[in-house]
Amino acid sequence: MGNNQRTLTGAEILWECLVREGVEVVFGYPGGATLPIYDAMSGHSDKVRHVLVRHEQGAAHMADGYARVSGKVGVAMATSGPGATNLVTGIATAMMDSSPIVCLTGQVATTALGGDAFQETDITGATLPLTKHSYLVMQVEELAYSIREAFYIARTGRPGPVLIDIPKDVQTASTEFVYPDDPIDLPGYNPPERATDQQVNNALELINGAEKPVILAGQGVLMSGAMSELNQLVEKATIPVATTLLGLGSIPASHPCNLGMMGMHGTAMANHAIQEADLLIACGMRFDDRVTGKLQTYSPNSRKIHIDIDASELNKNVRVDLAINADLATVLRQILPGVKKRKRSEWTSQIQEWREDADQRDVLRTDSPVLMGAQVIRTIREGTSDDAVIVTDVGQHQMLEAQYYTHEQPLTLITSGGLGTMGFSLPAAIGASFAVQEREIWVIVGDGGFQMNMQELGTAMQEGANVNIAIINNGYLGMVRQWQQLFYEARYTETPISSPDYVKIAEAYGMPGYRVERQEDIRPSMECARNHPGPALIDFIVEKHDMVYPMVPAGAGLHEMIRRPHPSQVDAVKVE
Amino acid sequence: MKQILIALVEDKPGVLNRIASLFRRRNFNIESIVAGHSEVPGATRLTIVTDEEERLRRNVIRQNLLKLINVIDVVDVTDQPCIIREHALIKIKSDGATRGEVGALVEMYRGRIVDVGTRSLVVEVTGEPRKLDSIIEVLSTYGIIEIMRAGKVAITRGAENPTDNGDLHLWKNSRGKASAAKATNKGGVL
Ligand SMILES: Cc1ncc(C[n+]2csc(CCOP(=O)(O)OP(=O)(O)O)c2C)c(N)n1
Ligand SMILES: [Mg+2]
Repeated sequence: MGNNQRTLTGAEILWECLVREGVEVVFGYPGGATLPIYDAMSGHSDKVRHVLVRHEQGAAHMADGYARVSGKVGVAMATSGPGATNLVTGIATAMMDSSPIVCLTGQVATTALGGDAFQETDITGATLPLTKHSYLVMQVEELAYSIREAFYIARTGRPGPVLIDIPKDVQTASTEFVYPDDPIDLPGYNPPERATDQQVNNALELINGAEKPVILAGQGVLMSGAMSELNQLVEKATIPVATTLLGLGSIPASHPCNLGMMGMHGTAMANHAIQEADLLIACGMRFDDRVTGKLQTYSPNSRKIHIDIDASELNKNVRVDLAINADLATVLRQILPGVKKRKRSEWTSQIQEWREDADQRDVLRTDSPVLMGAQVIRTIREGTSDDAVIVTDVGQHQMLEAQYYTHEQPLTLITSGGLGTMGFSLPAAIGASFAVQEREIWVIVGDGGFQMNMQELGTAMQEGANVNIAIINNGYLGMVRQWQQLFYEARYTETPISSPDYVKIAEAYGMPGYRVERQEDIRPSMECARNHPGPALIDFIVEKHDMVYPMVPAGAGLHEMIRRPHPSQVDAVKVE
Repeated sequence: MKQILIALVEDKPGVLNRIASLFRRRNFNIESIVAGHSEVPGATRLTIVTDEEERLRRNVIRQNLLKLINVIDVVDVTDQPCIIREHALIKIKSDGATRGEVGALVEMYRGRIVDVGTRSLVVEVTGEPRKLDSIIEVLSTYGIIEIMRAGKVAITRGAENPTDNGDLHLWKNSRGKASAAKATNKGGVL
């Protein structure tokens, strides 16, 4: 495409810029303040596909799901006022999990701004603390620059959501358009790259001198593309790895050094190892309270190295001995040559003991007559290939997925970790389906969360999105019920929740639906769903009172886990 | 001791809002914030005073400010030799009988009487915050009607400019087409 000067409207410039950014799909919903943008779309519909969502929250989650699985920037679009405010939960979700999305909102005309015009909301103001950056474009001449900067900011450094609010008169105004090709002009924005030599030396001294090191692998490993560097470090120095929820997949689950997830519902061996460690190497994670438990007793005897691209995360929650503000993959490449080969047989055999204890207490060992959520998830795992993408919602099923769906490959789990947004999974999976059309996608969702954004079944059908939906239906807002059982003397206030007949819902939308209540039906129903092109739904009726163990109660130390009782004690403690 | 930060930020609409919002959201306290044009075209310099005592947390504040896209640089000058000044306008009760006496006092503080009424006058004074506290205390014996204090402004001693480590001219020089297009946006700054 030449860079010849042409007169274009703001709306045309918008599409032109999206094409230049390589955008393939926009998730959106039109309205009065975006009419010019939609009208100008036709000229570009061969390059950019628009997906009509059923609620703007869905659009933001779809952009997010698309971004997380592809690493590309996801795009959501909404009209002014209610359209824009409907995006907010999705923006906050993307912010907490560092997902690169650009949200485009229509706005009332610049001449009406500030006057409480029809469908005016101060969306840049409302989302100020929820976005990495935002723009209110007041002149059509600024539009192309804003879009270019927005995409750049969203995907670089620590990624995050950027919002561009475009008043209607900016969409209709014309200007001589030349696509900007000068360097991006952001003097205050310089994502860091390398560690200093001093930091590399200090890190090596700590790593080579440690007897009981543990690597804490967060989503930063995936975002930095540091999987192979991490693997080399792990194998060279024999360092066990605990991952955060969003870090699952950064090391293959079957790797002998993998400890599994850490934190509140982490594995006992990961939590024990962290507490016992003499060195923590935190890689692209942020010491969230869900992974540290009580800070005062967190890994009390360890030195700590923290590598993160976001300087404001360093020493925020946990005081560290060595803070390195740089790109993780780069840092790991810098230190790898100096890392000593080690076997650490004492440390690994200690960890092996913890591993065996956990196996003993496994819920899969109980041959319960009712379906258990963990069984469903394990069976889905057995029936899918390693590159299948699992998108979970929030609650018990999410933690069970993290525990029982063993992720062998990076970027195979999409879940709302930081914000814990119920209703995230279905739209996020639909979004992801546009990025990885050849891969299998499963939604694992609770009966509560599914009912929060169920309307997106309409989008899935209209677009033929190939998503398989597994509802883990326990008749409860299970995770809240679990807390009530443990900490509120089993007073189940407002946590029992009814469901519609999901099979009929599926049928009403025109997709196949199955209900499964027995173990032996899991696999056949799965096969039906996956062999069906387009969306399909399975309603798994599972044990109502299942619990997620281990559990570190909020505010307790990581070692103070409530464990699943040993098999010999199971009958005694079983709650009905 | 209070934390004193000097920040250089892009002169764009909403930047002060972003900074204020950040302090509120992160539960940091701003004691005062003063903004004005700087020697860099298109950039505003601020003095931000916080009541954070703890070193690591102070750094977290600074890093959070740096994370804002429009913030070009932030330095913590708390432990550096600095000139710190505050400016105040003080309206007090005073008639002909006390005017001369007040005038002499104000002179001692190198202040000025900038408005005289039949029952009041306005004193203008600049100086270290402690000096301002002191004159306010002295003047309070006459009866204070209103005080308007501007926040603290700080500048480091010596030849260096801490918020321009030498590469800012690159920005100044590279502001070609982008700034030409953006120049239409008057901003109205903060
Ligand atoms: C939007 C939103 N509202 C409320 C919550 C609080 N919450 C966390 S888990 C949970 C229960 C989820 O129930 P369900 O979707 O049925 O999943 P389950 O825990 O039963 O597997 C609730 C209400 C939340 N995370 N998100
Ligand atoms: Mg449920």
